[in-house]
Amino acid sequence: MGDCHGCPAATITLPPVQTRRQIVAIVGPPNSGKSTLFNRLTGLRQKVANFPGVTVEHRMGRAKLDADREVFLVDLPGIYSMNPRSEDERVTHDVLSGTMKDMPRPDAVLLILDSTNLSRHLVLAAPVLSLNLPTLVILNMADDLGRRGGEIDSAELAMQLGAPVALVSASRGDGVDKVFQFLAGTTLGAAPPKRLMELPVIQDVPKCRAWAANIGDKTKYHAPAPPLWTRRLDSVFLHPIIGPLVFVLVVIGVFETIFSGARPIMDAVDAFRISSGNWIGTLLPNAALRSLVVDGVWKGVGSVIQFLPQILLLFLFIGILEDSGYLARAALIADRTMSRFGLQGKSFIPLLSAYACAVPAIMATRTIENKRDRIATILIAPFMTCSARLPVYTLVIAAFIPNRRFAWILSTQVAAMLGLYIIGFLAAITTARLLKSTVLKSTRSSFMLEMPPYRWPTFQSLGLRLVDRSKVFLRRAGTVILVVAVVIWVLSYFPLNGGKQPPIEQSFAGMIGHAVEPAIKPLGFNWKIGIGLITSLAAREVIVATLGTIYGVEEQGQKSEGLQDALRHDLTPGGAAALLVFFAFAMQCMSTIAVVRRETGGWTWPAVQFAYMTVFAYVGALVANRVVTFWL
Amino acid sequence: MSFNNGTVAPKNVPRNLTELKRGESGILERLDLPEDDARRLMELGFLPGHAVTPAHSAPGGDPRVFRVDGSEVALRRETAIRLILR
Repeated sequence: MGDCHGCPAATITLPPVQTRRQIVAIVGPPNSGKSTLFNRLTGLRQKVANFPGVTVEHRMGRAKLDADREVFLVDLPGIYSMNPRSEDERVTHDVLSGTMKDMPRPDAVLLILDSTNLSRHLVLAAPVLSLNLPTLVILNMADDLGRRGGEIDSAELAMQLGAPVALVSASRGDGVDKVFQFLAGTTLGAAPPKRLMELPVIQDVPKCRAWAANIGDKTKYHAPAPPLWTRRLDSVFLHPIIGPLVFVLVVIGVFETIFSGARPIMDAVDAFRISSGNWIGTLLPNAALRSLVVDGVWKGVGSVIQFLPQILLLFLFIGILEDSGYLARAALIADRTMSRFGLQGKSFIPLLSAYACAVPAIMATRTIENKRDRIATILIAPFMTCSARLPVYTLVIAAFIPNRRFAWILSTQVAAMLGLYIIGFLAAITTARLLKSTVLKSTRSSFMLEMPPYRWPTFQSLGLRLVDRSKVFLRRAGTVILVVAVVIWVLSYFPLNGGKQPPIEQSFAGMIGHAVEPAIKPLGFNWKIGIGLITSLAAREVIVATLGTIYGVEEQGQKSEGLQDALRHDLTPGGAAALLVFFAFAMQCMSTIAVVRRETGGWTWPAVQFAYMTVFAYVGALVANRVVTFWL
Repeated sequence: MSFNNGTVAPKNVPRNLTELKRGESGILERLDLPEDDARRLMELGFLPGHAVTPAHSAPGGDPRVFRVDGSEVALRRETAIRLILR
C-alpha cells in the first residue's frame, strides 16, 4: 500500500553545483495540512517572507535533500480552485501561473489533499495538473483514512492522474521520505507519464466534481466513516448552553495561566537581570560607563525581555486553539455577535490573532473578500489587546492592585486584566458599528466557514511558532528597544552638571518631560510618564524600558528599588487607571501604522486611525482618572 | 419553520435548506445566489444533486453547520435560505 508506482526513478545524475536552487510550491485546499508538511520538510530552515509588491505573508524554507543539495519550498495560501476570490488566493494563483513579480515560476508542485475528504479535494487536482508542472499528489492524513476504515488504490490514482501519488501522514511523519524522493528526482523536470483520465473543463465546478467522482470510482476510493470524535466534541463545544460557557472558560483559563502561571518564570528572569547587572557593574570602573551599561542597557532592555515567557504562553495558546480546530467553532459562535456590529465571523479570526499582535492580524484580513468589511477589520484590530500591552498592564496592575482571590479561578489582578481586554474589545466593536453605519456601509456579504475536524496540534508546529515569535521579539529588544534605552539614558544623563550627572529634572529628558507635562497633567501623569508616552510611540512596551532607565538613573546612589515601588511613589491610583486606559486605546506602534499603510494603499487610513485612537485614548484616560479619583 | 421574510410560504413553493430539521437530509436543486457566491459554495461541496444535512449551530440557531460532501460548512440563515431543495 502506498507504493509510489508513478514516481520517476531518482537516478538522474545531477550537476555538482546548481546555478539556481529549484523552487517547489506547496499547494492545497485550506485545512489539508500544508503547513504541517512544510514544517516536516524544512524544520528550522524556514522564515516568514513577503512577496515584493504585495503584502501577503508566506513561508519560505529549504529542504535538505542530501549533503550538498537543497530545494526552496514555498508554502502558499490555501485555495479551493484557480478562481481567486480573496487577495490571499490571488497570490497562490499568480505564483503558480508565473505572473507574480520577481518570483520565478515554481519548478515543481507538491499538491497536498486531505485523503479523508478526497472526493471533494480531488477537484483541485484538475486545475493544478493542467499547469503542466512536475507535480506530486500527496494524500495527507493517511493514518486517519486507515483508522476510520477508508481506502484508496494510490497506484491506480497515479495512473489516472498521470502524476506520482504518495500516501502521507504529515503530522506523524509517515511517508515523508517519498516526498523527499520526489524532490530529489523530479525537481530537474522529468516528463510526467501520460494520464489516463483527461482533465475536465476547469471553469465548470459540477464537471470537475463529476470528474473527481469518476476517478474516485476507478481508484476504489472508499470514504472513511465520519470523524466520531469531532462529532462528539462538537456536541459539547457547539452545545447551545455548554458551548458558550466553554468558550468563556477557555478565555479565562488562558489569561489566568498567562498572568499567574508565567509569574515565577518572570520573577526568575528579573532576579537574574538584577544580579547579573550588579556583577557587570563591579567590572566597570568608570561611573558613566557603568551607568550606561547597568541602568541604560541592562535595565531598559531587561525589563522588556522578562515579558518573553508571558508573550510566548499567549502565542502557544492561540497556536493550540488554531491547530486543534477550535478556532473555527469560536468564529461560528461569535458570528451572530459580530454581525450585530456590521462585521462577520471571518473578522473574528484576525481579531483574535490581534490579541497576540496587530501586525499579523491585519495581514490575516486578506481572507475577507468584502473590501469594506476588510478595512473595518483593519481599523479596529489595534484596539484588541496585543501582547505588547501586557508588559505595561502587568507592571501597573502588579503595582497598584493587591492580589486577592475572590471567585474560584479569578483573582483581583486577573479580573483587572480581563477588564482591560474587555474595554479594548468594546472600543473595537463600537468603532466597527460607527464605521459600518457611515463611511464603510455595505450590504452584508455571505458567510461560509469550513469546520475542520479536531486534531491534536503537533509539537513541531507549535514549537516552530514559538521559535519564530521569540526571534521577532528578541530582535526588537535588541534593536528598537536597545536604541531607545540608550537614547533615554543619554537624555537623562546630560547635560553634565559640573562634570557630574545632573538631577533628573535638569537633564534633557527632564526638560522634554516638563514641556509635555501640561498636556498630560489632567490625566494624572507627571513628566516621567510623559517621556514614556513619547518613546512608546515606537512600540508600547518601550515605556517599560524607558521608565526602567529613568528610574534606574534617578536612583543612582540610593538603595535600588523596584520599578513597581517607584511607580507607586509617582502615580496616584487615578493616574494608574488613566495610564492603563490610555494604553488600551492608543495606537502606540510604528509597525502597525506601517502595515496599515501598506494594506490600505495610502496614508489616509493610518492617519485617520492614529488621530482617532489617540483622541479616544486621551478622553478615556481623562474619564478614568476623574472617576477613580472621585471614588477613592 | 415555514416563515420566509415574514410571509407564510404556500405549500407548493420549493423548500430551502433552513426548512430541514436537524439530521434530516435533503437533495440540493439549485443555488439562488450571485454567480460568485454560488461558485464558492459549489467548491465547498454544495452542488446540485448532492445531499445536505443540517447539524449543530451557533447559539440561537444562526449560523448553522451543514454536512455536505464529506465536510462541514457553516452558513448564515440568509445564505441557507437561498439554497433550494428538490
